[in-house]
Amino acid sequence: MSETIVYSAKKIITMNPSRPEATHVAVRDGRILGAGSLSELQTWGDVTLDNRFADKVLMPGFVEGHAHVMEGSLWRKVYCGWFDRADPDGKVWSGVKSVDAVVQRLQAAEATLEDPAAAVSGWQLDPIYMGNTTVTRADLDRVSTTRPVGVLHASGHIMNVNTKALELAGMLKTGYNHPGIPLGTDGLPTGELKGPEVMTPVSLFVGFERNLLDADEAGLRNFAKLCVRSGTTTITDLASRMDEGTVEMMLRVTGEPQYPIRLMPFRFFLGLSAPELVEAVVAMKKRATDRLRLGQIKIVVDGSIQGFSARLRWPGYHNGAPNGLWYIAPEHLSELLHLALEAGLQVHTHTNGDQATQLVLEKLAPALQAHPNPDHRFTLQHCQLADAAQFRLAAKLGMCVNLFANHHYYWGDEHYNLTVGPDRATRMNACRTALDSGLPMAIHSDAPITPLSPLFTAWAAVNRITVSGRVQGEEERIEVSEALYAITMGAAYTLHLDGEIGSIETGKKADFAVLEADPTDCDPMELKGIPVWGTVQGGRIFPVAEL
Amino acid sequence: MTAEIPVTVIGGYLGAGKTTMVNQLLRNAAGRRIAILVNEFGDLPIDEDLIEAEGEDLIAISGGCICCSFGSDLTAALIKLSELVPPPDHVVIEASGVAMPGTVALSISILSGFVLAGVVVLADGEQVRAQAADDYIGDTILRQLSDADVIVHSKTDLHTCAGTVEAVNAWLQAMAPQAKIVSTVRGRVPLEIILGLTGPGTRPEASPHADVGYESLGFRQILPCWPNELAQSLATGPYGVIRAKGFVRDTDGTSWLIQTVGSRFEAQRTQTLEPAGLVCIGLRGSLDAMALQLLIGPASSSVRAS
Repeated sequence: MSETIVYSAKKIITMNPSRPEATHVAVRDGRILGAGSLSELQTWGDVTLDNRFADKVLMPGFVEGHAHVMEGSLWRKVYCGWFDRADPDGKVWSGVKSVDAVVQRLQAAEATLEDPAAAVSGWQLDPIYMGNTTVTRADLDRVSTTRPVGVLHASGHIMNVNTKALELAGMLKTGYNHPGIPLGTDGLPTGELKGPEVMTPVSLFVGFERNLLDADEAGLRNFAKLCVRSGTTTITDLASRMDEGTVEMMLRVTGEPQYPIRLMPFRFFLGLSAPELVEAVVAMKKRATDRLRLGQIKIVVDGSIQGFSARLRWPGYHNGAPNGLWYIAPEHLSELLHLALEAGLQVHTHTNGDQATQLVLEKLAPALQAHPNPDHRFTLQHCQLADAAQFRLAAKLGMCVNLFANHHYYWGDEHYNLTVGPDRATRMNACRTALDSGLPMAIHSDAPITPLSPLFTAWAAVNRITVSGRVQGEEERIEVSEALYAITMGAAYTLHLDGEIGSIETGKKADFAVLEADPTDCDPMELKGIPVWGTVQGGRIFPVAEL
Repeated sequence: MTAEIPVTVIGGYLGAGKTTMVNQLLRNAAGRRIAILVNEFGDLPIDEDLIEAEGEDLIAISGGCICCSFGSDLTAALIKLSELVPPPDHVVIEASGVAMPGTVALSISILSGFVLAGVVVLADGEQVRAQAADDYIGDTILRQLSDADVIVHSKTDLHTCAGTVEAVNAWLQAMAPQAKIVSTVRGRVPLEIILGLTGPGTRPEASPHADVGYESLGFRQILPCWPNELAQSLATGPYGVIRAKGFVRDTDGTSWLIQTVGSRFEAQRTQTLEPAGLVCIGLRGSLDAMALQLLIGPASSSVRAS
């Protein structure tokens, strides 16, 4: 018979409403035998008591329902963000607060390169916080005039490059007439490149490969470390193109005995016609393993609010910008929803603007009548601007929502002042309304857009504080218990995994977030600062200290 | 340095007839090796009888043409095309139904090795006005039209009442004052309208391919001119010119290449002194031969398809 280990803990927050707290949890074969008192668990017979967590607080392993594995790859480049951020190895990179600081950091990285032709690449630059200052190629020429240098912005849609990079791409010339290529007084590009189609010709030369969305092996390993550091045991990759090579690599890496997370990649909807896409994903689903949950689709319906490419209903953007862009035609969306329902595949839809959300609701209703599936759990991702009526309708249709609580902290001020104005900014990512509408809800980081840390995300939803320190939308704040539910059971539910993970109770996977303090017994403002000791995933123990 | 590959962007909403038009182009390619770029191989974008071989992301088509899907990375697909040996003579991008063709065209303009040969937007004559009033896609439709050099009013045979074609044409012109508007049935539009004129260098006489409903005028004796102003007049003046291409001399005797499509125009100095010659194409009965001769010089040829 397999070994049964009973872990003692200072406290176990189970998220099982029948038994919300316990002092011990028994694990056998990577699954939870039970949670309760030691004497209760000893009734299972021969058990080994393990006291290593005796002074820790255990929670169900956190579940992140909207992240991108590419964060793991980005950390091979130089971090140039405004906020302090920890890398996969735990080193905290201080935020860079000026263009000079960006240049200095890149210079330091440049000095370590041996290959004279190697590029210097940075990521996560966010000039919004530097008074919207612009970075020029002259700035980056201070890093090197002989190597290509490129820095990707936090939005992922703008890049700054140096003169050498423009030269290599054949773009150091006059005569451009393109809104994505600002020109200097000399008529030459300033080195700021806005929009993917403008970035692509240069990005190869500055170390940003074409398929940044797709996982690579080293990135996948790095990503797992970030998960352990944040207490995350199950996470999505939303989304990836999943060519055959990528699928095989992901199966191999996640299958290694010490790979610490359960990954659920969603297939990006572009590149195949709807019937082909559904066929491919159905085939992929058959290859799923415990740690690689293949077989879901992500559709991107519109763009982003701060990029003014999200689709808004009346009255549109606060600053008068024209409405955003559709990334899928309504007819194609409808076709894909029909086919996925018919095939029994789950679909998550990216909708930032409320018109995009409305379109999904309107197209899903008839698709459900044609292919009834009372438990489809199609999920509105981001869904940042939804109003109460949309949340109610989504609940009626059996949908789930995964709100972008972190976004509210990082860009809430921007939305209040510029993009959608005070009223709608106040109701953005309306967690309270979503829950009151009876809608199953998760909250997310969208890493690498914001850092992966479910406890931070819970903090953001509970406090609704913006970068400037204002509470924006206090009526939409939720309780700590609700936020902790959202980062465990809530997210698990949106992934159809609530029977397997998300709580500490008999039969579920032995997935724990091992914490140094009790998130239910602290000032809600301290939630984000609770240290994570590590995780237990499928009964395997992963201390942060040993990563 | 190799010659730049001309690129035509074909836009328009779902059902406007983009795929039909692409197949018509391939059937009438007249020796031009066209590379078609589509978003994805949906319901097969190419008529089966034209296909020679099918790969995962490339379809080989009779006559040396090919069709590739680009998914979400058009720029990467174009760069790949430019590396083909030999490179295609012309690239046609079939933009997705919700794409802004002007944005696609802008992305061409920054790629070295390619040159924009015009933005053609199709409008389903029966549907377009209703689509333009739709809450979800109305603004997309109007923005697509406003990006067009040439609007192809398609499926005119499906109009049931007399006068509808003219009414829709008038509406299209009002929505897109910058565009030249042509009507078609089953995607039949002359190659020269969609891809561009091959110019007097290769075909000194006016195009023999002008389809029913079109005419072209050729000029050999061209008065010395201000090339940019001449190109602008051809593109924006009331002459009925949909496309023009040719070599002219400025007042200093320097040789220029001028090209127009819709109201877009371009004049570039040439490296070598080219023999003067210019071709204009427009709708039959709409080319103002008299005014054009006053502008350019005596016409040397006139072709009207019968």
